[in-house]
Amino acid sequence: MEKKLTVQEMYEQHPKRYIAVITTILVLGGMTIWSATSIRWPSINPAGVAIVRTIFRSLLEPNRDWLFTLRPIGIPKQMFETVSIAFLGTILGAILALPLAFLSSRNITGRFYSFIGILSVTLIRTFPVFVLGLMFVRVTGPGPFAGVMTIGLASIGMMTKLYVESIEDIDKGVIEALDATGATTLQKIRYGIIPQLSANFISNSIYRFEINVRNATILGLVGAGGIGSTLIWAMAAYRWKDAAAALWGIIVVVLVIEFISTKIRKSLASSDS
Amino acid sequence: MNIKSKFKEHYWPSFKKLVNKLTVQTKPVRTHTLSNGIVVIEPFSKTPLILFILLILSVIAWEATNVNLTYLFTRFGNFFDILRRMTSPRWAYWRNVIQPMLDTIQMSFLGSLIGALLALPVAFLSANNITKNRVVLGTTRFILSLVRTLPVLVYAAILALAFGFGVFAGTVAIAFFTFGILSKMMYENIETIDLGAYTAIEATGSNKPKAFVTAVFPQIMPSYLSYSLYSFEINIRYAAILGYVGAGGIGLLFDDRMAWRRYEDVAVLIVMLFIVVFTIENLSRYLRKRLS
Repeated sequence: MEKKLTVQEMYEQHPKRYIAVITTILVLGGMTIWSATSIRWPSINPAGVAIVRTIFRSLLEPNRDWLFTLRPIGIPKQMFETVSIAFLGTILGAILALPLAFLSSRNITGRFYSFIGILSVTLIRTFPVFVLGLMFVRVTGPGPFAGVMTIGLASIGMMTKLYVESIEDIDKGVIEALDATGATTLQKIRYGIIPQLSANFISNSIYRFEINVRNATILGLVGAGGIGSTLIWAMAAYRWKDAAAALWGIIVVVLVIEFISTKIRKSLASSDS
Repeated sequence: MNIKSKFKEHYWPSFKKLVNKLTVQTKPVRTHTLSNGIVVIEPFSKTPLILFILLILSVIAWEATNVNLTYLFTRFGNFFDILRRMTSPRWAYWRNVIQPMLDTIQMSFLGSLIGALLALPVAFLSANNITKNRVVLGTTRFILSLVRTLPVLVYAAILALAFGFGVFAGTVAIAFFTFGILSKMMYENIETIDLGAYTAIEATGSNKPKAFVTAVFPQIMPSYLSYSLYSFEINIRYAAILGYVGAGGIGLLFDDRMAWRRYEDVAVLIVMLFIVVFTIENLSRYLRKRLS
């Protein structure tokens, strides 16, 4: 029979993980010292502080001529272009990711082909977004079109991964039941597979769209369209009021899109279950 | 009669009717009679409407981005030319990569650490089950979502201009970014925990921070460590591009090699980045599995 323990004895029995805690602290501490000592800490010079102060002040009074105009130089036009890049890029990525996802799902194609699928996705993911951007700028010339292709290819990795997760979760019972009623393959796909996947796929695509809008805001740096080039050129020339206008454009659009995307995904998730 | 009730009585029903006409009524309700006489109404599908909207948006975006398919197909060979040159990497280049790669790792490690340390108290402030003050809650959350909207690269560019080009700007930029996402993940996590122990300890007369450390900490610690590791994992990828705006790390080399069209060297960079990212991702995944 087990002895009844007093509070004191119970407390003594709590799991002791001294070794884990000490190793964690040693590793973290070692890495911190290693990193902190090799970084050249700049002396916080008054010039830098002055610049930061100017940035904050200009955020309060951005260049209004750019912020509220429909001319090509204006922020609305450029944010529209940025969102368009993200939108088309997401659609392109979603379409490209679909066959790759089915190829990479183990319950559809088996161990060997799914390995090939995952390997190719990993290869695509290895390219940093910017390198892809520069490569496409050399193919299509600078402009938003290069941005669309870049965003499309860059989205494949994550979208495939999320798609695969939902494909591997498919309830096979539904398909077997359809089989029993004598449904054809096409009918099985239409009534057995698509309804199980669509909510998840749409939700993932919307989530990726949200990320892509953020990515598209910086693609301009490599000449692939969107607001990024305006922002970087304004900053490089120390025209902080123009840069602040671009920053406000990004902030407002990203917040609005985040809000809408969260709303839609929440309603999808609730209608799903 | 005020405007609101007037709107509710007159305009809202007619507006609803219009929407119904546009969506539901355009398509007759389809019914099916089964063999045993039961009538089944086919549910109305919104899919055609959504597809139609998507199509219109695509056309608009297509126009806005000057997509030119013939151009793409005639010049797509260039893309494969670049890829082909990447298949024969100039391995000797690896020596030049080591130092910037170490910088990149240090940058993302230190940035993640600072960001993670700052995120915890702020997450505490913006969790709605711990902080009851709506003003504090609203303000911190608003600031957090503002911090999250701007890409890391923008922070890095600003900091590089203000404090000089180099690893420092990158570290601070990554700290900012980590702080933004980690605070959000953590306050969402804190909101789901069981506050029974916290209330009980508070009832014994302990003050709030003490109760928090004893009752809440043990509950959130595993997910906090796991989220921190996760952000370190993703920060490596971000840190790799920060060099574009002069914030140190291998981004500088990417920029330089791409500009000189030395794709053989770019391939070496990509392979080495891949090895580092792969190692860190798997290490962190292993640790996170152990934590949960």
